[in-house]
Amino acid sequence: MKRFINQHPPRAVGYFLGLLPFVLLLLAYVAASAARLAENPNDPLLPSLGTMLDTFWRLATEPSRRTGELVLWVDTAASLTRLGLGVGISMAMGLVVGILAGLIPYAGRTLSPLITAVAMIPPLAVLPILFITFGIGELAKVVLIVFGIAPFILRDVQQRVSELPAEQLIKAQTLGASSWLIILRVVLPQVFPRLLDATRLALGAAWLFLIASEAIASTEGLGYRIFLVRRFMDMATILPYVVWITVLAFLADLLLRMVNRLLFPWYGGRRS
Amino acid sequence: MVRGASKLMATVTLKNVWKTYGRDIVLERVNLHVKSGEFVTIVGASGCGKTTFLRMLLGEETPSRGELLMDGAPMPGEPGPDRGVVFQKYSVFPHLNALNNVLVAEEFGRARLTGHLFGGARRTARAKAMEMLEAVGLEHAVKKYPHELSGGMQQRLAIAQALMKDPKILLLDEPFGALDPGIRKDMHALILDLWKRRGLTIFMVTHDLKEGFYLGTRLLVFDKVRHDPQAPNAYGANITYDIPVGRTEPELLAEIRDHTGLPLSAEADSHG
Repeated sequence: MKRFINQHPPRAVGYFLGLLPFVLLLLAYVAASAARLAENPNDPLLPSLGTMLDTFWRLATEPSRRTGELVLWVDTAASLTRLGLGVGISMAMGLVVGILAGLIPYAGRTLSPLITAVAMIPPLAVLPILFITFGIGELAKVVLIVFGIAPFILRDVQQRVSELPAEQLIKAQTLGASSWLIILRVVLPQVFPRLLDATRLALGAAWLFLIASEAIASTEGLGYRIFLVRRFMDMATILPYVVWITVLAFLADLLLRMVNRLLFPWYGGRRS
Repeated sequence: MVRGASKLMATVTLKNVWKTYGRDIVLERVNLHVKSGEFVTIVGASGCGKTTFLRMLLGEETPSRGELLMDGAPMPGEPGPDRGVVFQKYSVFPHLNALNNVLVAEEFGRARLTGHLFGGARRTARAKAMEMLEAVGLEHAVKKYPHELSGGMQQRLAIAQALMKDPKILLLDEPFGALDPGIRKDMHALILDLWKRRGLTIFMVTHDLKEGFYLGTRLLVFDKVRHDPQAPNAYGANITYDIPVGRTEPELLAEIRDHTGLPLSAEADSHG
């Protein structure tokens, strides 16, 4: 018999194995939920799949009795706006400062210690400062995301820039390129796909900071909603919302991956 | 058609040049005069300063003592378009296809702000780039990215790129060291042809003695004259042989081989 490290499942079996844990978890949940509901039909902790679907459908399609809004879409729009702004600003900062610090020695010497120090500060610890400084409006939440992920993205970009082979930069100089043109034609296009990779890795943290800030001070948003209904132990809302957030996070990751593949066809093959 | 001789001819003069790093002496008392149009090959054991010498010609390093002159003026302290270069690897830009790799040289020089040429200017530049790709035999691969090209084709591309600026001096740092023997023969024919037609001054570092003897007009051997086994870096290397190529007796070849410990040719080496 072959060693375990040399045994590969056939394609169909591979898909089946990948799905199996999901199916098992779902079955376990359904069984536990059915057992609890059999004892007490009003038990809120493990609602049936049907109840959750109903609740989710109602939040998505029926205007709220209190505000007249479609709660799910208001929450989703608010959260995605904050997330998009925070991640977008972080990417822009990471790209500009990261390239300067990685390529221009004077800029690197000036900025690197500061960046290292700022990256050490736990972002949630400065959340009170942000609320005091920027108020509890949108700005503080966006700034928290920027504070949380920009240093990571920035340092990754800086690292990638300094890893560009010295031969390339010398070659560009022998072709008459100025520092600016080296940034524009040599560094920027090669760092951009890496920026998208770094952003994908930072997205998890961005969601964390978004939901944390929404939980503390907000009037709408996905994080606000699940912490609001926590008081009523409304698992029929919380669980579908968590699944919905996971789906959104997955789609954001997928989008960045597709952009990378479509815009930078040379990126995947560069190592060969 | 490739145009004739370069705009300017260059002579390179070294007067009592030293290169030291702290207490380590790499080169000492190097004197040399190279006329324009010469094809100088440089051999030597590893760590004997031949790469340092090339980096000084490139402007990446400056002499610690002595004078390094190009056309009677001090060599500029950074790389520039008067000295083209081809490295063993990383010489071309992985994110540009073959045509753009060559075209970018023209855009570096003529679009100082945007780095891109448009309209008629672009058509003119494109025609010049196509001409250059034809001169190195890459006219069938203009749309290919470097990772889709073989090692030999990548080096052809690097040569085309370097020649776009009509450099006075072409520096080659073991450009064919990673290629198969058959491909290497083709590359020798190509570089000799370009050298003759364009009247270039070429400096080429190689670790292949046969290549050094076969190509060009003049062979330089870098070696340490004095050696202290207790302190291997106490004495620097110097030019120990300066031989016009074509007047070489087998005994001399054997003598140099014994001194430097280099293989006669990588071909014989890899087959042996």
